[in-house]
Amino acid sequence: MKKDILKKAFVASVPVLSGYLVIGLSFGVVLQSRGYGPLWSAAMSAFIYAGSMQFVAVELMSSAASLFTVALTTVMVNMRHVFYGLSMVDRYKNTGKARPYLIFALTDETYSLVCNPPEMAPEDEKSFYILVSVLDHVYWILGSFLGSLLGSVLPFSTEGIDFALTALFVSVFAEQWLSTKDHVPALLGLGASVLCLLIFGADNFLIPSMLLILLGLSLYRKREGARA
Amino acid sequence: MTHSILVIAVTALVTLVLRFLPFLVFGGKRETPAYISYLGRLLPYAVMAMLVVYCLRNISFAAAPFGVPELVSCAAVILLHVWKRSSILSILGGTVCYMLLVQLVF
Repeated sequence: MKKDILKKAFVASVPVLSGYLVIGLSFGVVLQSRGYGPLWSAAMSAFIYAGSMQFVAVELMSSAASLFTVALTTVMVNMRHVFYGLSMVDRYKNTGKARPYLIFALTDETYSLVCNPPEMAPEDEKSFYILVSVLDHVYWILGSFLGSLLGSVLPFSTEGIDFALTALFVSVFAEQWLSTKDHVPALLGLGASVLCLLIFGADNFLIPSMLLILLGLSLYRKREGARA
Repeated sequence: MTHSILVIAVTALVTLVLRFLPFLVFGGKRETPAYISYLGRLLPYAVMAMLVVYCLRNISFAAAPFGVPELVSCAAVILLHVWKRSSILSILGGTVCYMLLVQLVF
């Protein structure tokens, strides 16, 4: 494995490092407050590895939710991951033995890094995907483990540091915008999401947004005809 | 205890299935269908916009601070990015801007 690829992967993953440590910490703190120790939070972060769903899972664990409810809730919260996979089928095609892990580790943040990798030789991309996935996973486990270990004794105010994840998505959006002339998909995504947010509200807008985006892109492809 | 372990197991399993689904359906040895390749090229642009909206979904324009810290910091990220095109600088700048705004101003 080349050293400069490791450097590229690490540099790309720094925003995720800060975001995951902070959100992982708060996850650990929440779990601790419900009476679950560091091993629980490390295990959940290692095996579920889906941020928002883990917070929801804590609620489900503390209530007497049926396993059917748990499964259904997970589908609703994590449906967007199907969407990420759809756009990574080609990129992850020739990743060999690492492929199952790469697919498992495809979180929102890892997706934002691997769908928009920095300039590099095509043969290095596989190493980049693997390194970014492993690094992000480690940050996440470490953050949640530390969170339940330390509880709420952090010496300074980190209020607002989780904005790093929002900033990550905004910067990827800006980078994508600058690197293409065709802004229809970006505007479609923005318009569809805002529209669905206004209609369906914050808790229910993701699935209708995804459907609307798929519909819009399908229509766009028809109009583009043979070119697409 | 048993219930908690089962909740974790089911959550992990369902998440895993969702993540594998598109690869199981379209990721075989056969050529990827043209439509899926098309989605692979254009979907990331739309998804990133959706993720930004997802992150900002809970801000309220009806009550103080009216989403100002979020919108100003997002604008800072975009301006920094257009200026230098360095992801680290854009993200760091936007995050520090947001932390300052929520801790000191609002």
